Amino acid sequence: MQWKKLTAALLLSSATGQVPAAELRVQVEIPSLQVAEYHRPYVALWIETDKVRHQQDLAVWYDLEMKDNEGTKWLKDLRLWWRRSGRQLEFPVDGLSGATRPVGTHELVFVADSPQLANLPEGAYRLVVEAAREVGGREMIRLPFLWPVTHTQQQQQQGEHELGHVALKLTP
Amino acid sequence: MSIKRLSACALLALGMGTAATAQAHRAWMLPSATVLSGDNAWVTVDGAVSNSLFYFEHHPLRLERLEILSPTGAQVEAQNRAEGRYRSMFDVELTEEGTYTLQIHRQGAFARYKLDGEPKRWSGPVNRIDEIPASATDLQVSEIDSRMQVFVTRGAPSDANFKPTGQGIELVPLTHPNDLVTEEPVSFQFLVDGKPAEGLSLVLIRDGIRYRDQVGEIELTTNAEGKVELVFDEPGMYWLEVEREQPSQHIDGARRRLSYSATLEVLPL
Repeated sequence: MQWKKLTAALLLSSATGQVPAAELRVQVEIPSLQVAEYHRPYVALWIETDKVRHQQDLAVWYDLEMKDNEGTKWLKDLRLWWRRSGRQLEFPVDGLSGATRPVGTHELVFVADSPQLANLPEGAYRLVVEAAREVGGREMIRLPFLWPVTHTQQQQQQGEHELGHVALKLTP
Repeated sequence: MSIKRLSACALLALGMGTAATAQAHRAWMLPSATVLSGDNAWVTVDGAVSNSLFYFEHHPLRLERLEILSPTGAQVEAQNRAEGRYRSMFDVELTEEGTYTLQIHRQGAFARYKLDGEPKRWSGPVNRIDEIPASATDLQVSEIDSRMQVFVTRGAPSDANFKPTGQGIELVPLTHPNDLVTEEPVSFQFLVDGKPAEGLSLVLIRDGIRYRDQVGEIELTTNAEGKVELVFDEPGMYWLEVEREQPSQHIDGARRRLSYSATLEVLPL
């Protein structure tokens, strides 16, 4: 049927993206640690301006399975994020809260028209990844980028304690 | 020998100085946390009078005058109160979001005197000073206004509890006391009886005195607007004290001794 084919074609075009949308892709490695008592780290990802002002939250991974929302007790251990943003929020936050992740590399992709990026003004920014682990330590990694994306940008850094390899890739 | 006599005098003066310092006991409350998240937040608080901070080594803090204000100004009951040999303790459940103020505010008069050669003490409200017997000798009276505060915040800090009452020394949080981090400028304003107080001397002492050789007091003086500005280099719990003496407005010839103290937590950036 003509009509069905047309719809299919339309769907296909929007899926592959004839005008491909710019995207921001983050890879966060949760390292394997040889410790007596291991808990998955709490992790916050957000965007700050090059003047160190909080701009936009991207994700927070915490223990949201616990009864009575008790996992929120340790959100303040994401010390910088808590001060910049978390303490203003009501948990769980739709589109932000997620469960803690196991050891391994986890990828997050945000397209330019996603709620997180749609209103991001032109400017110089940093992606901030902060991790804090119960009975463990805390670590932060910052990766700079420019917005909007006019050319492919890649940044990466190796964590030393609570974070493994953290990589940022922006494609136009 | 005149030199010997002078040294003896100097030694005596030094000795008295030391004694005076040793007697300058510090009264404090120490909260288990000042920045909290989550729906089920509690703090437990220790209170003591001691020389060294923050160690329990002299007297428990008396909690009769303890007052706890919620972020909306409601009176909150302290739970699990206990008094031990060297410290008192209590718990506070933080059911509201915002900043709680835990305080002990003492106002009144204090007197030492002799009755038939026996040393006596009296304390009470200023308007009951005539309870001191007329036959008292060597009478020394002072008026006292002392305020001790601790702040703890669940969620975002709030300012509602900082409306000045106009009595004694009060803190105006230009920087919120639960929003202190190293390397960022902090400023506070101090009021005496509701008015900005110039020339107040402040002392800040970081916890863990036992593990270092020098106390390392941070000494500051308020400017014409009653303000001080500083940057904390090291994180930790700090004990803040401000004192002033002035003539009493209520008791003829007496001094009025004002003091303010607070325990402030500075987090690493």
